[in-house]
Amino acid sequence: MPKGWALPHIVQRGEVKPALIWAYRALAVAFALAMGGVFLAFLGYSPFNVYGTMLRGALGSAGMQKETLKLTIPLALTALGVLLAFKMRFWNIGAEGQIAAGAIAASYFAYFQSHLPSGLLLSLMAVSGFVAGGLWGLVPAWFKTRFGTNETLFTLMLNYIIFHFITYLREGPWRDPGGGFAATPRFPKQARLPELPFPFVGNLHIGWIVVLVMVIGIFIYLRYTKQGYEITVVGENERTARYAGMPVKRVILRTMFLSAGICGLAGMLQVAGPDRQLTDAVAGGRGFTAVSVVWLARLSPAGVLAVSFLFAALQKGCSMMQTEYRIPASMSDILQGIILFCVLGAEFFLQYRVMFRKKVAA
Amino acid sequence: MPDTPAIELVRLTKCFDSVTACDCIDLDVRRGEILALLGENGSGKTTLTNMLSGIYQPDSGRILLDGKPVSIRSPRDAIRLGIGMIHQHFKLVEVLTARENILLGQSGLVSMKPEDAVRAFQISVDLDKKIYDMSVSEKQAVEILKVLCRGADKLILDEPTAVLTPQEIQALFDTLRQMRREGKAIIIITHKLEEVMEVSDRVTVLRKGVNVGTVNTSETNRFSLTERMVGKQIDLDVKRETLPPGQTLLKVQGLSAHDESGRALIEDINFDLKAGEILGVAGVAGSGQKALCETITGLEKPTSGKVFMQGRQISGLSPREIIRAGVSMAFIPEDRLGMGLVGGMDIPDNLLLKTYRDQKGFFLSRKQARAEAEGMVRRLRIVTPGIHAKIRKLSGGNVQKVLLGREINLNPKVLITAYPVRGLDIGASMTIYDMLNEQKRNGVGILFVGEDLDVLLGLCDRILVLCAGRVSAIVESQFATKALLGMKMTGLTTDKEDDYA
Amino acid sequence: MNGFLDQLSAFLYAAILASVPLLYGTLGEILTQKAGNINLGVEGMMYLGAIAGFLAGFHTDSLTLTLLSGMLAGALGAAVYALLTVTLKANQNVTGLTLTIFGTGIANFLGEQAKLGAPVGTVFMSARLKALLSPLQLGALSELPFIGRLLFNHSVLTYLAILLGILMSLYLNRSRLGLNLRAVGENPAAADAMGVRVNLYKYAHILAGGALSGLGGVYISMVTALGNWQPNIISGQGWIAIALVIFASWKPLRAITGSLVFGALSVLRLYVPREVVDIPPALFSMLPFVVTCLVLVITSIRMKKENQQPASCGVNYFREER
Repeated sequence: MPKGWALPHIVQRGEVKPALIWAYRALAVAFALAMGGVFLAFLGYSPFNVYGTMLRGALGSAGMQKETLKLTIPLALTALGVLLAFKMRFWNIGAEGQIAAGAIAASYFAYFQSHLPSGLLLSLMAVSGFVAGGLWGLVPAWFKTRFGTNETLFTLMLNYIIFHFITYLREGPWRDPGGGFAATPRFPKQARLPELPFPFVGNLHIGWIVVLVMVIGIFIYLRYTKQGYEITVVGENERTARYAGMPVKRVILRTMFLSAGICGLAGMLQVAGPDRQLTDAVAGGRGFTAVSVVWLARLSPAGVLAVSFLFAALQKGCSMMQTEYRIPASMSDILQGIILFCVLGAEFFLQYRVMFRKKVAA
Repeated sequence: MPDTPAIELVRLTKCFDSVTACDCIDLDVRRGEILALLGENGSGKTTLTNMLSGIYQPDSGRILLDGKPVSIRSPRDAIRLGIGMIHQHFKLVEVLTARENILLGQSGLVSMKPEDAVRAFQISVDLDKKIYDMSVSEKQAVEILKVLCRGADKLILDEPTAVLTPQEIQALFDTLRQMRREGKAIIIITHKLEEVMEVSDRVTVLRKGVNVGTVNTSETNRFSLTERMVGKQIDLDVKRETLPPGQTLLKVQGLSAHDESGRALIEDINFDLKAGEILGVAGVAGSGQKALCETITGLEKPTSGKVFMQGRQISGLSPREIIRAGVSMAFIPEDRLGMGLVGGMDIPDNLLLKTYRDQKGFFLSRKQARAEAEGMVRRLRIVTPGIHAKIRKLSGGNVQKVLLGREINLNPKVLITAYPVRGLDIGASMTIYDMLNEQKRNGVGILFVGEDLDVLLGLCDRILVLCAGRVSAIVESQFATKALLGMKMTGLTTDKEDDYA
Repeated sequence: MNGFLDQLSAFLYAAILASVPLLYGTLGEILTQKAGNINLGVEGMMYLGAIAGFLAGFHTDSLTLTLLSGMLAGALGAAVYALLTVTLKANQNVTGLTLTIFGTGIANFLGEQAKLGAPVGTVFMSARLKALLSPLQLGALSELPFIGRLLFNHSVLTYLAILLGILMSLYLNRSRLGLNLRAVGENPAAADAMGVRVNLYKYAHILAGGALSGLGGVYISMVTALGNWQPNIISGQGWIAIALVIFASWKPLRAITGSLVFGALSVLRLYVPREVVDIPPALFSMLPFVVTCLVLVITSIRMKKENQQPASCGVNYFREER
């Protein structure tokens, strides 16, 4: 005789209303922050005080807000680049390396062509940054279209290759003769990004305009152009794309070039803006964070902007936390991880429902 | 206790979201009998048997085996209870051998060694051959051995004849009769009436998730069963209209294609397709139908041979150029959405797939596509919440209507359609046949790749039979029979061959 | 000539040392992928193992506890991944990447806390523990010229890794459980239909994989770094291990040779004298990654079915899929 209730089993859901989706995710984020709070309490800190400090550190004053925005800009731009590739189901996790490639190209012009007028110099740096990043992304794309080589691992390996190349440059040909240990020189004035006032906050390097333009541009590109349509179809179903007569290989190569190019541009903005120098930390893990950002934003350009801002606020808040409470800044990675885990878990409830079988009659 | 049924289902119900797949179904199967479970696609046959094999959990109702109520929570439970299911889509691990596939799982459940089973049931298969090297009927033999080695005495076969030649089908039926003699209870799921009449003892008919009645096979006929299946009297025969022959549109000469490892997919194919005719393509699954369609439409490159469209050579051109030359294809693959439609996009975006390139400039306008979508939904009576619903939410028949409708909208001169009524019920199938006949009347040449020989004989003017990648016959439908087609599909020769040229 | 042999033997010895953490990570990920799941969190699990082993060694001075906590930490990280991907059907790539970010964060956090909290000059790893993990003295075998020094002079963790590799190969190819596992990774629906408990196999092997990665982490913090915790102590070895899985065609025996090759490449620059080949050290560091790229390309060109990634990798299994 079957006893009582049968095992609960899971069933696929149908369509879910968008409002419900965001409600679940907000709940997940809140839960994650609560877990972070518990972790802090366990270490002996008051979660409310710490979180309060974090909020102050991110948004407390115009100066703080400016810093947060400065962190948002490269992250958002990189994430926009990654978004293009992800839309096509091309798992580009080489954004780190593509940022670096762009930074290297831009730095070349900054160091060796600094006699050029500033406007021209900066334009060359931007273009070369874009192209260099694009080419670095083109390599795994080419092998994928030709041999089906796994792009996840290839893009990853290229990250490490190019970072060692930066080390080579700063220890060798591009080493600053004046400095004590191996490092590249500071950028000359002409090679630094100009600033433009951002509402309420003050002067911010022009990267913010680039990001806004890019958000709108990518939205229009994906939704209202033929190339954007091709990206969507190739991403959804490559066979159907070929069947429809699309030049699939060309679409993959072109999109990866654009995707990596945008990341390269982010690299240029980073070295010419905040850094003013070519260093190993030019990407600073942003290439990987961008993947999380894009996923959380469900591949929406506007969403990417919002999530980037949130992550930047998180990071800035955590560095304030380090200053005031001596809590290591790696707390930001921990919180980021917990938030993502919770949202990943919450997705389950949006896709499936748990059902209990009715009690069986005798 | 000879009267206790081997399997008894009492008010078994299963819902998926808002769809009730099985609605309070009562069913019984006796020892030593073959019960045919008859019904159209979507009638709930597979869902019902999946509950018996532990893949789905019923929402309510009871299952009794040999009179005892049981709870089947997983395939493991089903195996322990002696239920063996042979699925329509084989569940085999390609990179393993037959023996390894049979021995998979818990050792305690295996009651017979594979070698012994091969001998005892006279099923010939090489146990040490890898699955990816096997033919379809060999794979099916492995599936049967899997359940027999676990001592299954209640067998369920889901559409077992879909992939077999007529000769192989007879061999399978002999095996089933042997099992029946040994007292096993057998359920065979099918939608083919002739097979029901030939091999079953009783028939249970399902319609839209409901059991509409069980009869003894000896006391019924095809028409009565059809009536039960669809709920109304239907003229079973598809109408074939004879039109005067038109000009030759498509000429295929010596076409051959190989896959990456050099194996020939199609070899030396020659045929003509004229305007206003429907040329059927028959063949066992995997005889080269897909390769034939893909080489003609430019999706794959032929290794040799030429294709001409109205005198102009199109072999070697890109798919887009071939579409522009007037050759269009609607191919329904197994998963229906695989080729030609994008599940995650709505109807207008799917219509744009073929026409977006013709728009001038960098930007994309969806205005015309939206208008076309609305027209199509009206004309073909497509059931959808709206033109902006994602295609994967539509039911099978409607998806296929969209696909065929899109191709027809392009006004092709040659229409290649493969398995256009796959998985559709009679009503939807008739709509598709009407669409095709209308095109035929307009002078379009149609290449119809299908699996149902009755439909091919009824609808097509001529039938081309593929066997192992070669053309083994091109016959006029009015002079052909299913037996002849079956023999040509396996490459056997008949002594009356010349009569059928 | 003697000088050259000495250099060669020193080079090969260093190669073996460098290969051990890679081997642990690779073996762990092979188990995971054979079960049909890609876990990109190897780097994170290595970090978790490294910090857990480090802290356990510092606080308990027990070898057993050090090793066990490393394995447990790795397994816990894998458990989060398994819960999310097997039961909650989350995207495997994103979950794995998150595990890496999270594991790295936790490890660096706790490591920094530990160093800040301890007075200056604290020795975190006792001499006794160091001795237990240092190369074993195997009597006469270790005295043999050249091969004695090379083969019989290693830490217990090294021999354990190689033994595990051999055992894993036997497990996968010769045992019933291994057969079932291969089915789960290739075609979970087929395995399920045969009564194999798919989810159980996945959980078990994902957790075991995590434990192995954790053990690799312990090796890095306690043997390679000799108990001297640094931020970014793993520095990419977890990622190399994932690449090695492909290099080894998912075969444990090939993983042993593969990790040796990569270990050799990563130490090459220290043993090639400047007079022979004058390449800047940074470019030498690139070598393992360049070779991995080459291997990635080559394996994707040659396509023997048995040497491919298990077919259901990356796709979550749901029995009632419609």
